[in-house]
Amino acid sequence: MTTEPALVFDAVEKTYADGTAALRPTSFSLNPAELTAIVGPSGCGKSTLLRIAAGLVAPTAGTVRVVADRLGFVFQDPTLLPWRTVLANIELLSELHGLPAGERRRRALDAIESVGLTGFEQHHPKQLSGGMRMRVSLARWLTLEPGVFLFDEPFGALDELTRERLNDELLRLFGELGFAALFVTHSIFEAVFLSSRVLVMSDRPGRIVADITVPFDYPRPQELRFDPTLAEVAGQVSAALRDGGQP
Amino acid sequence: MKAAWRRIAPAVVTAAAVIAIWEFASTELVSRHRQFLLPGPGKVLTDGLLDATTMRQIAASLWLTTRLSLFGLGIAIVFGVVIGVAMLRFAWVERASYPYLVALQAVPVLAIAPLLTVAFGYSFWAKSIIVVIIAFFPIPTTLLLGMKSVDAGLIDLFTLNGAGWWTRLRKLYFPNALPSLFAGLRISAGLSVIGAIVGELFFQQGSPGLGERIYAYQTNMQYPQLYTAIIFSSLLGIAIFSFFGWIGHRIVRSWHESAQG
Repeated sequence: MTTEPALVFDAVEKTYADGTAALRPTSFSLNPAELTAIVGPSGCGKSTLLRIAAGLVAPTAGTVRVVADRLGFVFQDPTLLPWRTVLANIELLSELHGLPAGERRRRALDAIESVGLTGFEQHHPKQLSGGMRMRVSLARWLTLEPGVFLFDEPFGALDELTRERLNDELLRLFGELGFAALFVTHSIFEAVFLSSRVLVMSDRPGRIVADITVPFDYPRPQELRFDPTLAEVAGQVSAALRDGGQP
Repeated sequence: MKAAWRRIAPAVVTAAAVIAIWEFASTELVSRHRQFLLPGPGKVLTDGLLDATTMRQIAASLWLTTRLSLFGLGIAIVFGVVIGVAMLRFAWVERASYPYLVALQAVPVLAIAPLLTVAFGYSFWAKSIIVVIIAFFPIPTTLLLGMKSVDAGLIDLFTLNGAGWWTRLRKLYFPNALPSLFAGLRISAGLSVIGAIVGELFFQQGSPGLGERIYAYQTNMQYPQLYTAIIFSSLLGIAIFSFFGWIGHRIVRSWHESAQG
């Protein structure tokens, strides 16, 4: 493939001012319309990596190149404005970018429909379940049509059933919209089920110790969860994680 | 109905007990020729609450004191919000002003009242400044607390979308601080009535508010009227306190935990 990647990390390193090394030199690139998962032990610098990609944290060394004109970032928590309704929360980002009111409303209603929240427009976040709040959190970014999505363990706090449902919906959106995505998770199974490639990170300070290809096409049917090959790939990821600490 | 009665019954019983003890004390514990010093509830009712002249005087004073309280409170709110926002925006403003806010809060108001007469005479302004001094502290502090407790993820979200400082203030910090600010405003509102009456008691000038009435009734030994003025002072404090509580509740009820139930 000769297409230009959507996101490139070139020898990116991060050491905090107090001397804590968070990320050892890390290089990889993410192709357009590719969903790459990142797994690693807690505190290995996965979140730091995403924050560097988003420009929220400056790397100590190395360069990051984002080709997409807009980058979406779905956090671990829904981080909604509690005083705004679902609709107003989803309009927030286009409001911050100065889009006209009519356009904001149109985009918000589209996004609400695509995450299945129609009928909840006037609810406040506290009236929603955890899964629904996460849908709002995702939908508000859909209004900006980002070419690259960063996900920081977005479904980590949800119950198994809700997580599965949201995984299926994320895959459907991914198929429809064709964005590129970096998906950080601590669930090996989720990583393998969603992505076409899994980057495995070592203990802190993190670096990429394995790059595992997931040999399945999209769209991925729900039954794929019980496919022996999928379990086998998950086994490889798990082994790489265990070896990650060793030199 | 029964549940409502069960909820208010303890307060009603307390009130009845206080009135009974008061009546008992004024008739049985105080010798006959000194009873004017502690009039019983009945006397306060007939000579105060039900007396047309007294009530006319108190109604006029009540209006003046309300006006003074709300005027001082208004100034305190404007300055408090400006200082609170400045403290959020510039750390040096917080470092430069916070110790003095605490000091202002701690200063015995009656001790600086004479100083105020030097600058403002015995005017409405001098009284207003007493109100501001007494009611000010909770406003910038609760506002700042509420703004500083904004979720870090939300700040990231605004940063990612290129929001400038004023946008953050309007759409993030200020709304986030409303529940906490209204808790402070409620306290300030109650304090503003205390400030107004203290100011009136000290300055004793112009048309008489409740503070001047209290002083006059005491001087003339009109004790039933004095008690009536005190009762209305308390009611005014409760009314302003409840009013701000009600506004705050209306504003945050749809989204904040504090507004449950």
